Amino acid sequence: MKLKGKVFKYGADVNTDVIIPARYLNVSAPAELAKHCMEDIDTTFLKKVKPGDIIMATTNFGCGSSREHAPLAIKASGISCVIAHSFARIFFRNAINIGLPLLECAESVNNTKAGDALEIDLAKGTIKNITNGKTFTAEPYPDFMSGIISAGGLIAYTKKRLALAKA
Amino acid sequence: MNLAEKILAAHSGKKIVTPGEFINARVDMVLSNDITAPIAINEFRRLGVSKVFDKNKIVMVADHFVPNKDILSAEQAKQMREFCKEYGVKFYDVGEMGIEHVLLPEQGFVLPGDVVIGADSHTCTYGAVGAFATGMGSTDVAVAMATGDIWMKVPPTIKFVYRGELGKWVGGKDLILYTIGNIGVDGALYAAMEFTGEAIDQLSMDGRFTMANMAIEAGGKAGLFHVDNKTQLYIKSRAKKNYLVYETDSDAEYEKVIEYDVTTIEPQVSMPHSPANAKAVGKVGSVKIDQAVIGSCTNGRIEDLRLAAQIFRRHKVKPGIRCIIIPGTQQVYLDALAEGLIEIFVKAGAAVSTPTCGPCLGGHMGVLAEGERCISTTNRNFVGRMGSAKSEVYLANPAVAAASAVTGKITHPDEVMK
Repeated sequence: MKLKGKVFKYGADVNTDVIIPARYLNVSAPAELAKHCMEDIDTTFLKKVKPGDIIMATTNFGCGSSREHAPLAIKASGISCVIAHSFARIFFRNAINIGLPLLECAESVNNTKAGDALEIDLAKGTIKNITNGKTFTAEPYPDFMSGIISAGGLIAYTKKRLALAKA
Repeated sequence: MNLAEKILAAHSGKKIVTPGEFINARVDMVLSNDITAPIAINEFRRLGVSKVFDKNKIVMVADHFVPNKDILSAEQAKQMREFCKEYGVKFYDVGEMGIEHVLLPEQGFVLPGDVVIGADSHTCTYGAVGAFATGMGSTDVAVAMATGDIWMKVPPTIKFVYRGELGKWVGGKDLILYTIGNIGVDGALYAAMEFTGEAIDQLSMDGRFTMANMAIEAGGKAGLFHVDNKTQLYIKSRAKKNYLVYETDSDAEYEKVIEYDVTTIEPQVSMPHSPANAKAVGKVGSVKIDQAVIGSCTNGRIEDLRLAAQIFRRHKVKPGIRCIIIPGTQQVYLDALAEGLIEIFVKAGAAVSTPTCGPCLGGHMGVLAEGERCISTTNRNFVGRMGSAKSEVYLANPAVAAASAVTGKITHPDEVMK
């Protein structure tokens, strides 16, 4: 699958409280959550974001609360992929489980500016910066996780597993 | 193998597990709350199973936005209540509930050697009783409620050794803030933290819960303590089932061993906006506050309230400062009543609340306005955590929070207790 969009760039330790503040967690519908995505860290995000756009950050993206509302809000806001030096553990699981693509590639983050246009080939793990012409390759997923991703998330993966156990 | 590896091996039907290995672990307890359960329930229904794997191994607690702060949060609690009734799952509702991570150990739901997962990042709290406990998302919890197991990557373990005797006013909160300050908010990313040493042996169970609770603030997957006499004494009257105590092998391997001399550690304060911005209270300088909060899954236990009461027995909250005290569970509330602590708090000018996570995550019961500062015994001081994105949160232990409520600025307890 190929993804194409412009980059929103952030630093280290972007926590799930700023991705979606708890004051909005009295609902769980992704479209509702998306209305407040990133508002405490970047007041321009919601005005500028377009379907396909990409978030880039440095280390420990998604740290803090386990709220699955965070990747849900990012996905529903139109973001097609998050690329970071590293991800916090629970956020990483949640994103894989709900089908928000993540890539770990520090080099691409360090060589990309906010607003640059990227083209990503998820199957190959390649990140092409159209603005500056550079191409990078992300860390591949472990086989086990690729299984969850290719099934379409953890619920679809588990449904298959349960069906196999019955058969 | 070390403690985390032994528990995970036993729960995945393996003789040996090694860090980095993917396993499917059997779970002994699955938890969710009024924010995370609604998504978990919806995802559970999508799986199309007719029952939960074991209704005695699932607990739901309404604690974040209850007593319901608005209509939407009332709908979320209602959804949990109905699901629990339908599937025969234990639901802790207003009047019986407490903050989940204070409540579950107190009620004997989490025991040594257990694997516990919860849709709340502070699920790691139960490492204090020697369980492997870790936070996950709602979808993970939905799957575990259906199947009784969950995928995990075996984490490497970092061993922390705390040497020496703890100083006055220094407890579990100070050790963990100091540690996070030292290793950073991703210093234990994906790793299990094993807490050992003489200072840990001295620490009460309540102090250990506080430390394990904040393992996630260093990026940790779990924060584990070995079972000793204090653990056994705590567990004995509460355990509702049998449990197994695992010990680290003498040749166990660690990713790293980090040693601290605790004799030089002072009460700590984490400055905005990261738990890793920790410094000794004496080095904070003059920081005026508007509010003090004493409670939460980090510091809402009876020992925490006793510490605060030491200060409020002699001093009142300074006029113009709001002090909000929140016992973690109904039992903590009752114990505090029996010991006369609640009367001390009210007479000192503090507001005492029914158990709730409330202000910790900016939900209700003490949300901050723009420009306001709060000293809090909670676990996170991120931008906007307790309200306005232009407010500030300072993390500290209950004695520092109480002393600060008395003076109106961040204060070492010694200053008011000379």
